[in-house]
Amino acid sequence: MFETFSHTLLQQYWWIIVSLLGAIVVFLMFVQGGQTLIYTIGKTDDERTVLVNLLGRKWEFTFTTLVTFGGAFFASFPLFYSTSFGGAYWVWMLILIAFVVQAVSYEYRQKPNNLFGKRTYETLMFINGLLGTLLIGTAVATFFTGSEFSVDKMNLTRITGNLMPVISEWKGMANGLEAAFNLQNLSLGLTVFFLSRVLALLYFMNRIRNAEMMERVKKQLLYNAIPFVVFFLTFAIWLMLIKGFAVNPVSKEVSMEPFKYFHNLIEMPVVALLFVLGVIFVLLGIIRPLVAFEKCSTKGIWLSGAGTILTVFSLFLLAGFNNTAYYPSTFDLQSSLTIENSSSSHYTLAAMSYVSLLVPFVIAYIWYAWRSIDNKKIDIEEINSESHVY
Amino acid sequence: MEHIDFSLVDWSRAQFALTAMYHWLFVPLTLGLSFIVAFMETLYFRTGNPEWKRITKFWMTLFGINFAIGVATGIILEFEFGTNWSNYSWFVGDIFGAPLAIEGIMAFFLESTFIAVMFFGWNKVSKKFHLTSTWLVAIGSNLSALWILVANAWMQYPAGMKFNPDTARNEMVNFWDVLFSPVAINKFLHTVLSAYVLASIFVIGVSAWYLLKNREQLFAKKSIKVAAIFGLAASFLTMVSGDGSARNMAKFQPMKFAAMENLYNGQQNAPLAVMGFLQKNKTETDPKKQDFVFKIEIPNMLSYMAFLDPNAYVPGVFDLVKGDKEHHILSYKERTEKGKIAITSLAAYKNAKKAGNDSLANASLAHFQENYPNFGYGYYANRDVNELIPSVPTTFYSFRIMVFLGLHFIALFLVVLILTNKDKIEQKRFILYTALWTIPLAYIASELGWVVAEVGRQPWVIQDILPTIAAVSQIKPVSVQITFWLFFVLFTGLLIAEIKIMISQIKKGPASEPSQN
Ligand code: HDD
Ligand code: HEM
Ligand code: HEM
Repeated sequence: MFETFSHTLLQQYWWIIVSLLGAIVVFLMFVQGGQTLIYTIGKTDDERTVLVNLLGRKWEFTFTTLVTFGGAFFASFPLFYSTSFGGAYWVWMLILIAFVVQAVSYEYRQKPNNLFGKRTYETLMFINGLLGTLLIGTAVATFFTGSEFSVDKMNLTRITGNLMPVISEWKGMANGLEAAFNLQNLSLGLTVFFLSRVLALLYFMNRIRNAEMMERVKKQLLYNAIPFVVFFLTFAIWLMLIKGFAVNPVSKEVSMEPFKYFHNLIEMPVVALLFVLGVIFVLLGIIRPLVAFEKCSTKGIWLSGAGTILTVFSLFLLAGFNNTAYYPSTFDLQSSLTIENSSSSHYTLAAMSYVSLLVPFVIAYIWYAWRSIDNKKIDIEEINSESHVY
Repeated sequence: MEHIDFSLVDWSRAQFALTAMYHWLFVPLTLGLSFIVAFMETLYFRTGNPEWKRITKFWMTLFGINFAIGVATGIILEFEFGTNWSNYSWFVGDIFGAPLAIEGIMAFFLESTFIAVMFFGWNKVSKKFHLTSTWLVAIGSNLSALWILVANAWMQYPAGMKFNPDTARNEMVNFWDVLFSPVAINKFLHTVLSAYVLASIFVIGVSAWYLLKNREQLFAKKSIKVAAIFGLAASFLTMVSGDGSARNMAKFQPMKFAAMENLYNGQQNAPLAVMGFLQKNKTETDPKKQDFVFKIEIPNMLSYMAFLDPNAYVPGVFDLVKGDKEHHILSYKERTEKGKIAITSLAAYKNAKKAGNDSLANASLAHFQENYPNFGYGYYANRDVNELIPSVPTTFYSFRIMVFLGLHFIALFLVVLILTNKDKIEQKRFILYTALWTIPLAYIASELGWVVAEVGRQPWVIQDILPTIAAVSQIKPVSVQITFWLFFVLFTGLLIAEIKIMISQIKKGPASEPSQN
């Protein structure tokens, strides 16, 4: 079936999958957001244990989705993998380290003789929550602001002379960290950071049975929702106004086009619809528990979560579809990566498309397994009755 | 290419080796213990005996501690291909990325979903669903091993691909050739089987400690029995598949094979040096040549093992470097020339294409294709071809230690199994101490296996096609140095924490009463 599809169609199909995975990762980063709130919401040791365990039953899932997102990106758009990871070295390394320290923190936090003590592992969780969200947001923003690099496949044939035979060359001075000093990038980074905290609070509302903690959760929801909305609006308005990296469909030449992302939105009404719906869902999920807590507290995570997925998904589509370069180079416009010039071969994309048919099945068993173990709200008694506690 | 900064290549290799070896400290226990736990829970399910549940839960706790750090060290490796081996990521991403993506979709989700049921589902789901989850965790972790090893095997023996000059990379032409290449099959089997051996030794060693302390006799003996049977079966198969790996190596990576055997001058009826001590031979003109100070050898055995024929010719390091007309071996000098032609024809093809000169483009393309099998050698056009020889002593000794330890493990499994069957094992303190001290040996054997496989193929990242000097990212060496030390400190700290936690849990022992939940 898939081998009869055109290469362009397969590239689009894989861009959709990668975008969807990226969107799901951003939603699931509520785990990271929650890790930055452990001391704000949990005032006693028991309360903190409840929070850590709530998050602990989901962290694997965020992590695995991130790893799969990386693998899928590598397999479908390898030139992005080699250009961005090898170039923006420090941003990615810091993100990775933030996730390395998270992976052990849950399991080791409460264990006797854990060398560094409980507080250290909680600090590591905080670092993961802060750096993970902020830097991933910043890195994704470069899809719109661009980075300084050049790509030339002829470099591979440099066997004499003084230059390395490396295809992708990074020109940015700080190997990626320069992205974090750009206000537009930072506004998306901070959006993701506050969004992850908002989502975490909504998740807590859905899962915790404890009135005092709930009071704190409610208060924090407002405190985090305000900066989230401010940063998000900053980023969104700015995005509609800037010049974007347009690709000439015939000559493949890349040039700057005023209001490019606004045009993309108009020219792809389905994406515009997803974007608007997404934003509305996110906001509704936040506002409803704020005004009618008793009735609406448990649904918020689902509404805002779905909204997050839709919004991020449509942002990825804005970056990659409609003749746009999704990983633009400000150093050499013509080196910019598009889904067409950075993808895997037709054969590989088709072969992997068969594997992608497994995804609905994967989602189904995840749903089933979780429903079977997560069927009621929890408090400290419930956690202490478990044989496996984080 | 004097301009390539060697400290960059070397630090990048060191970083990859460091992180991979740390990852591999935890992976084999995950692979093997997940099955051992599944066997134990199956016994609980079948017999309803709560003692088995207690046993299952204890080993499951240790599994969880080890698993967490396995995950922590794994994420680095996946992204290091991009961060440190950027050129590699483009050059082979079309083939190599696919197994990595499939691993995520097929294996990691299976593992991480059902591990939650395994740990948190004891009093929430039915016994049958719980048992199924435990099995799915074992299957999931072993599936992830499958895909990553397919990828690694492909680097040793690049099957199922074709170079596309227009995109300047290798593209997959046959997925099944990649998946079912003889190297991939053997590598997968040998690696996971060796992991079962390691996990069995771990279980036996820890149980032996309880017996030495006169604690938990019943628990320890039951655990030992399960592990000894599993370990013995896995050991034999490890040997068989290791032999298969060596045969593949003789066929597809003759230089690695010659290095592993310290064979400099090829011969028919080559003998196998069972053990030996190497000496730098000062009288030879070639500075790299090593000889034996002392050796024990079996005549004809190497020829037989490599090609199933005692008369077969096995090429040595010199034959591969200098070439041998009689056996149709091209010298490295010739291969370097051909590689250089391949690379320059690729450049000529591209330029001609750009200039619209079709006939020149076609001629260059033909040149290129004819010489492509030696593409990677072209990067050594201005270098000393002796750099293409891997470290002989490292591979030679690593291989022998691995194999000797493998024989020691088989003996241990046999003795332990006989003694438990006679119900006498708790009296044999010497055997119990041996079992305990074999735990670190299992880790050594397993790590050395990778040393043989990876050091032996240096400097090739993709055999004959992409050497390390052409695979590396262009970053400042100091950046790589910093991340190297960051990982070193971080992983070492985490390792020490893991060992301390593990030891406390072992000292604490399994829950005192067969618990109700
Ligand atoms: C033979 C087995 C084997 C080998 C050679 C490797 N791994 Fe591994 N890896 C596993 C077997 C495994 C595992 C047993 O399946 C782990 C340990 C804990 C886990 O979640 O899965 C794992 C974890 C693990 C994770 C975290 C998975 C998660 O999110 O759950 C990543 C990203 C990788 N590995 C990637 C790699 C890469 C890029 C390797 C190559 C250099 C590699 N592994 C070698
Ligand atoms: C987990 C066990 C592994 C260990 C212990 C290991 C060990 C090593 C070592 C020691 C090196 C450096 C060799 C040297 O510089 O002399 C190396 C390099 C490398 N290995 Fe492995 N390796 C492992 C698994 C893998 C796997 C499964 C892959 C592929 C999926 C892989 C891919 C590479 C690459 C790309 C390099 C860098 C390039 C090179 O130096 O060849 N390794 N590995
Ligand atoms: C007893 C006989 C054994 C033989 C003949 C044998 C043979 C081999 C060979 C030839 C390789 C290199 C394969 C390659 O480079 O492609 C290898 C690799 C390896 N060995 Fe062994 N081995 C034996 C026992 C063991 C034992 C006991 C362990 C660990 C407990 C072990 C663990 C490994 C590992 C982890 C690798 C790297 C993975 C791979 O390349 O397949 N081996 N072995």
